[in-house]
Amino acid sequence: MSVRSQVLVCGGTGCTSSGSIKLIDEFENRIKEHGLENEVEIVKTGCFGLCALGPVVIVYPEGAFYSMVKVEDVAEIVEEHLLKGRIVQRLLYEESVHEGSDEIKSLNEVDFYKKQHRVALRNCGVINPEKIEEYIGRDGYRALNKALKEMTPQEIIDEIKNSGLRGRGGGGFPTGLKWQFAANSVDDQKYVCCNADEGDPGAFMDRSVLEGDPHAVIEAMTIAGYAIGSNQGYIYIRAEYPIAVQRLQIAINQAREYGLLGKNIFESGFDFDLEIRLGAGAFVCGEETALMTSIEGKRGEPRPRPPFPAVKGLFGKPTLLNNVETYANIPRIILEGADTFASIGTEKSKGTKVFALGGKIHNTGLVEVPMGTTLREIIEDIGGGIPNGKKFKAAQTGGPSGGCIPAELIDTPIDYDSLTAIGSMMGSGGLIVMDEDNCMVDIAKFFLEFTVDESCGKCTPCRIGTKRLLEILNKITDGNGTMEDLERLESLAEAIKAGSLCGLGQTAPNPVLSTLKYFRHEYEAHIVDKTCPAHVCKGVAKYEIDADKCKGCGLCAKQCPVGAISGEVKSPFSIDADKCIKCGACMDKCPFKAISK
Amino acid sequence: MKSLAELDAIRDKVKNRLDLREVKEDRTRIVVGMATCGISAGARDVLVEFVKEIESRGLSGITVTQMGCIGLCSMEPIVEVHSPGMEKVIYANVTPEKADKIIAEHIIGGKPVEEFAIGAAQTGGM
Ligand SMILES: Cc1cc2nc3c(=O)[nH]c(=O)nc-3n(C[C@H](O)[C@H](O)[C@H](O)COP(=O)(O)O)c2cc1C
Ligand code: SF4
Ligand code: SF4
Repeated sequence: MSVRSQVLVCGGTGCTSSGSIKLIDEFENRIKEHGLENEVEIVKTGCFGLCALGPVVIVYPEGAFYSMVKVEDVAEIVEEHLLKGRIVQRLLYEESVHEGSDEIKSLNEVDFYKKQHRVALRNCGVINPEKIEEYIGRDGYRALNKALKEMTPQEIIDEIKNSGLRGRGGGGFPTGLKWQFAANSVDDQKYVCCNADEGDPGAFMDRSVLEGDPHAVIEAMTIAGYAIGSNQGYIYIRAEYPIAVQRLQIAINQAREYGLLGKNIFESGFDFDLEIRLGAGAFVCGEETALMTSIEGKRGEPRPRPPFPAVKGLFGKPTLLNNVETYANIPRIILEGADTFASIGTEKSKGTKVFALGGKIHNTGLVEVPMGTTLREIIEDIGGGIPNGKKFKAAQTGGPSGGCIPAELIDTPIDYDSLTAIGSMMGSGGLIVMDEDNCMVDIAKFFLEFTVDESCGKCTPCRIGTKRLLEILNKITDGNGTMEDLERLESLAEAIKAGSLCGLGQTAPNPVLSTLKYFRHEYEAHIVDKTCPAHVCKGVAKYEIDADKCKGCGLCAKQCPVGAISGEVKSPFSIDADKCIKCGACMDKCPFKAISK
Repeated sequence: MKSLAELDAIRDKVKNRLDLREVKEDRTRIVVGMATCGISAGARDVLVEFVKEIESRGLSGITVTQMGCIGLCSMEPIVEVHSPGMEKVIYANVTPEKADKIIAEHIIGGKPVEEFAIGAAQTGGM
């Protein structure tokens, strides 16, 4: 087949759910209809990152970036672009075209991509993850060859140490050191595990890596096996990621067929194989000891450390556990050397970090930036700013374990230490942007509800303490809080942190503490003034009808389930505050926007 | 999988195609007129021939794309070749045989095939 043109269609979870698989079918049909099937190739890739604009289709060699493509648009792309060479201007992502001309920019010049640096995501959106040949075409499995043929296990570990790579799963522990501990343990059996549980609400970095470039993780785990002396690996992934699971299985099968997994890889005498283990989606199962217990087929509950997994892990054997993104960096480090990797990032945080950008931001999606990039660059330059002219209020990193970064700290460089210093944390990469319409007490409540649900119940401070925290927050947002409640929140938070066994409980109070630190005035407004400054919390809302705006249509009164609204038609209506249950139904109905809260 | 050589063989087979998934300025571009006039004069065969030749000769970093009518319908199929650091060359009445020669002498040899070319000046104002 002599291909002149390639149509890349995003097959990540985001674009798939907005219909990209139907697009592929339609492309295939139309291309056949025009007899182009030998010249034009359709490539189903992983995530391009710009999920907000999905489904995304990129046609090469021109590099035409078509966004929000619908099935009805496919015929036009095939007939105009693929057959006649006329780019369909109306479907182009406007940012991808040079202003004032029709010329298409290279992706690296588009604002969204300009400040990104793709290491872990280098193949995502470029290759077909279901074809091992494409991974090999991008230098895949060369690092494994180099490791097995030219390096000793200790040389590999030293290379990882020198790269400065730290764990991307949240803790930020130095990866090389972890490998060293696992290598130092002596036993007849050791294991290599990959944490693909990804339980943070709003996070989808690891899913995207596995969907877009599964072989990178397989190659890295095999290298890790050789480095620590293990011949069996497990990938623990939640069953809620069906596309990732499926692609991973295809990738494992292909690697076996090519002899890149199995016996005597590259005739080096080294054997390694991998298996997938499905998790049921409990957040606590992402914690390392719980994860291993779950792989063993038992109930996923954390256990005390030490012994650390490197000494006594899966099935009681020395075990290395790393996160998906951590592994995705390994082949690059081995192939290009520790120095190249360490030249990216800051003094103590090397390399890049992938973030799932969500919330009140234009370009929701997946971004990878060098460590040390400021929050401002991520939000304004890459993310395209806050929609609807609203004001940026805070960003939340680290999910339920993390904290918020207020607007005045928007120039904070994103690295492990800077984030910890301001009371947040890197976390695994969820980054949620909030604007003036978000209530920070409500945000703290959201994360706490999550941890209350997900606490495994083993320790009292976590199981009961988080529940009490949530009750106090509810009391405050219902307008019944007192100033003493704020102190109670703080002392309870400290007790939970100190008395919990695992990271879930130890970090659960963070969202409360960090919002208390930066947005105490919002808590006080709920308590003292009985108002929610962002107009979110219904409990303190006072529904009122503005007599000047009210035309007396009476629609609200018909809507009210408790008969709290009364008045004469054509003169202003009013709400009886004692009867009102604050359901908000009247406000949605008023055609003149006369009702406020 | 036994050796790096085996890995390389697989890589080289797909590499060209992967390279084209990037927009680069410094690439040789062969652009074939594919408006109605071009197609009826046989431009599709010419286009396919270019693609085949590039593949069979194992050339890399060359794209083949199409363009609309440039107003020289009587001279179709028209092909433009843009090489980095060179003036664009326009070829008229291209056939698959001429395409082979353009690949051999212009693309590989670096010397435009004067006998098929029409000067850039001739197209001015048309
Ligand atoms: C409650 C809890 C949930 C966690 N969830 C994840 C997760 O989903 N993915 C992950 O990689 N690490 C998670 N971790 C961190 C892991 O325990 C572990 O530190 C990490 O997988 C180690 O890999 P790394 O060093 O490559 O980051 C979680 C920790 C805790 C306490
Ligand atoms: S801290 Fe919470 S989640 Fe962790 S073991 Fe204790 S009860 Fe379970
Ligand atoms: S908020 Fe609900 S209960 Fe209160 S006045 Fe409006 S409709 Fe009635």
